[in-house]
Amino acid sequence: MAGYILRRLAWTPILLLTVTLITFLLGSYGPGDPVELLQGQYSNPEVVQRIREQRGLDRNIFVQYVHYVQSAVTGDLGESFKYRDRTVKELISKRIWVSAQLGMAASLISILIGIPLGVYVALKQGTWVDITIVSITLFFMSLPVFITAPFLLIFFGLWLGILPIQGWGGFFDTRIIMPALVLGIPGIAMLTRLTRASTLDVLSQDYVRTARAKGLGEFVVRSRHILRNALIPIFTVIGLSLATLVEGSFITEGYFGIPGIGSLAIEAFFSRDYPIITALVLIIASAFVIANLIVDIGYHFLDPRIRY
Amino acid sequence: MKTNSNNDLNIKCEQPRTGSLWSQSLHRLLRKKIAVVCLITISIMYLAGAITIFGSPTPYGYNEQHLTIEEVKQGPSLAHPFGTDRLGRDLLTRVIYGLRTTVIITLISILTGSLILGISLGLISGYFEGWADLIIMRVGEIFLSFPGLLLVILIAATIKPRVRDWVSEWAPGFESFSGIDLISLGIVDYFVIFGAMSAFSWVGMARLVRGQVLHVKQSQYIEAARAMGASNYRILVYHIMPNIISPVIVLVSMGMGTTAGSEIILSWLGIGIQPPTPSLGVMIFENGSIGVLRSDPHLIMFPIMTVTILIFAFNLLGDALNDALNPRAR
Repeated sequence: MAGYILRRLAWTPILLLTVTLITFLLGSYGPGDPVELLQGQYSNPEVVQRIREQRGLDRNIFVQYVHYVQSAVTGDLGESFKYRDRTVKELISKRIWVSAQLGMAASLISILIGIPLGVYVALKQGTWVDITIVSITLFFMSLPVFITAPFLLIFFGLWLGILPIQGWGGFFDTRIIMPALVLGIPGIAMLTRLTRASTLDVLSQDYVRTARAKGLGEFVVRSRHILRNALIPIFTVIGLSLATLVEGSFITEGYFGIPGIGSLAIEAFFSRDYPIITALVLIIASAFVIANLIVDIGYHFLDPRIRY
Repeated sequence: MKTNSNNDLNIKCEQPRTGSLWSQSLHRLLRKKIAVVCLITISIMYLAGAITIFGSPTPYGYNEQHLTIEEVKQGPSLAHPFGTDRLGRDLLTRVIYGLRTTVIITLISILTGSLILGISLGLISGYFEGWADLIIMRVGEIFLSFPGLLLVILIAATIKPRVRDWVSEWAPGFESFSGIDLISLGIVDYFVIFGAMSAFSWVGMARLVRGQVLHVKQSQYIEAARAMGASNYRILVYHIMPNIISPVIVLVSMGMGTTAGSEIILSWLGIGIQPPTPSLGVMIFENGSIGVLRSDPHLIMFPIMTVTILIFAFNLLGDALNDALNPRAR
């Protein structure tokens, strides 16, 4: 086990370096010279040359990469093309917190609804309740974010008029409800189905029968024996759901006018602001890698039966 | 006599034990009404999309504009079942042409990415293990750590213009020869995006196949085949493949829905096919504002319904396939 964790920890920096290298090469392969772009229409070749030298852009691409990694480690991710006088770090750090709050709200919604619903449905297996809820969740799993967003806008915003349509006011603001719902709905559906499957798996285990046979109350059997074991496989999808949240946030944040990294990525894409896109890919990829590492190692502690 | 007829009855009621694994699975699948409905829905949509190659299936062209008050932004009617858009174009025709885009993208990226790359790399990785396995799985891990959509955006922003330049430098000969304008039709864009999408879709499939192969490889029939002197190729194609194919089919069915969804996000970003050629994604995002929702909901409702039904049908079918093909569920 210690060997496994050590191997994983040793592999992580290599993984991160490879990811940064690919991202950096892609980012620097873009059309147009960034320096000429910065200078605008009336660029002076001499000035361009001087800036290129200053920034090290005339050197070998791999030397540039090493330089980029060195400064990225200290938090310097370069300057934005579009917002002239602002660094990428400034632009991203503010927005990443907004997106993190939105993501947390969405995860909370999916966990608080999805897991209890999944256990409930599993205990009712085969009844019409089970069949109805399972088909409804499948339907909601098929709904992409760009479809749920306008639907919720029509329903809560236009017809009922009870939820605000746009804007951002932090975690404890009613404006977070609708985007969090949009992001959380696929998660609710996925968690319900997963919890149902793993609970059904646990229900047929011998230790559950033993627990009942020795006269434990139904509540204790369900919470201690069934739920605790059923939750183990669910833990592994946390890493996966992070990816879904990030992809969903591109559209959701645009729709609801939320100043997070999703809308920043789209904005940067339309204005061809490569330093920002590169930095975002880097940050999100690192988040994925670290989340997966935590999940893999945590899984090990949760389920001592797993051997690598 | 009586016992005989009873026996006959029993035989008729039983599901066919004879026939291959495939015919049995197909039989089980076709007995599920939901699966049949899904199959029919998907086939209709794909056929409608494919038929546009031979011309418009409706009396209207996809870019046939009628800029008169009577014909602009009309609700559904007999002449225009889905209504008309702000340029007086028939929405049904445009939705069908939009489906064509979806058909092309889903088929090609699933075929190249998941099926060809994913299955062959998964087979190699699971069957030979050792160094090949290590390298394939580590590379897969690298691909998995990228945020897929964001990377496709980055690729679209950086590599695509380069490829475009390259094509416009070399292609004039081809264009004057064939009369096909590669760039303005968005074919080059597609090419790059397909490449990017299939570069990412193989990992999940490869992991699934590898796990299955590792499991199946332990079976005695593989040992028997090897003892009889079967080559690696023969064992892989005739003995392992048929036994791992069912989870692969399920994953493909679910993956089709996801790919259809990401195609729409990409066309919203302006990657992929260019207006006036219709795309479901562009139709949804053009009309995704509160104003349109209030005044002409049909403009967004029909494209959204089409996409939802398609993705839902793929997911339901995947579920039904899982039940029909899963050996443990028999």
